[in-house]
Amino acid sequence: MRPTRPTKPILLLAAAVSLGAGVALAASGDPERARILDGYAAQAKAQTPGFAGFSAERGRALYLGPHAGGKVADTPGCASCHTRDPAGTGRHYKTGRDILPMAVSANPKRFTDPAEVEKRFERDCVNVLGRACTAQEKGDFITFLSNQ
Amino acid sequence: MSPNRSLRPLTGIAVLAMFAVTAGAAPNNAAFASEFERVRPVTHAATQKECGECHMAYQPGLLPAASWNRIMDGLQDHFGENASLPADTAAAIRNYLTQNAGSGDGRLIRITEQRWWLHKHDFSPSIWTRKSVGAKSNCEACHRTAAQGLYEDD
Repeated sequence: MRPTRPTKPILLLAAAVSLGAGVALAASGDPERARILDGYAAQAKAQTPGFAGFSAERGRALYLGPHAGGKVADTPGCASCHTRDPAGTGRHYKTGRDILPMAVSANPKRFTDPAEVEKRFERDCVNVLGRACTAQEKGDFITFLSNQ
Repeated sequence: MSPNRSLRPLTGIAVLAMFAVTAGAAPNNAAFASEFERVRPVTHAATQKECGECHMAYQPGLLPAASWNRIMDGLQDHFGENASLPADTAAAIRNYLTQNAGSGDGRLIRITEQRWWLHKHDFSPSIWTRKSVGAKSNCEACHRTAAQGLYEDD
């Protein structure tokens, strides 16, 4: 028997598994980010009737704004600090502190620490929207920025 | 710089501070004499990370413990912004800030309203609106080494 034969079916199996189960992974490009997105998807299914997956387009609209009713009048959109180009370096609206890019292409560590992700949503949804974000909004937002 | 070297000026500050506190002017480790304008740098990782995300992580010696407690009680409305933190992180930061606090007026939460600060920054208000400065909270615009606790005039 040639030694290379048994490896082929294993490779095929691995490819099949990653195709079937890796939708979030393929969309996000990082196992931790995929886990975070899967968590929001499970919440969104429970929260939002008729939830049919995340949308980068809705995420873009959320990111750009403008929104009304935010706690901080100077920041009607995420883009107010993070700039309209998510791959660019942001700037805190008041202190001027630099903010690392939101786009995953420019900052591959974005959305890979669940506690950090939740902390920022908890704060900035209130600052920009005046309310908590839904799980669908969080997933849309990450989906948009994962493809930027 | 070795730890021993940096401690020597602090001893000097402690002596100076006794006079300053008697005069009711300065926190106990932000003395007036220009060659000693330094406070202990931030040495607590969570404080450095969480506070330093949006602004320079101000050293605990710049405010008295009562002010730090007020700040940590009000993170949901932190100078107009929601800056809330998970409870365990907030507790650790509060502990570090209050254990290493300076002195001053505990009713005031702005460093820039403390008497010693106003005394040191008695100049034209137009400075603050310069584009390179932006706000009084931006220590580093003029004090380039402020993040290390060194506030010598540049």
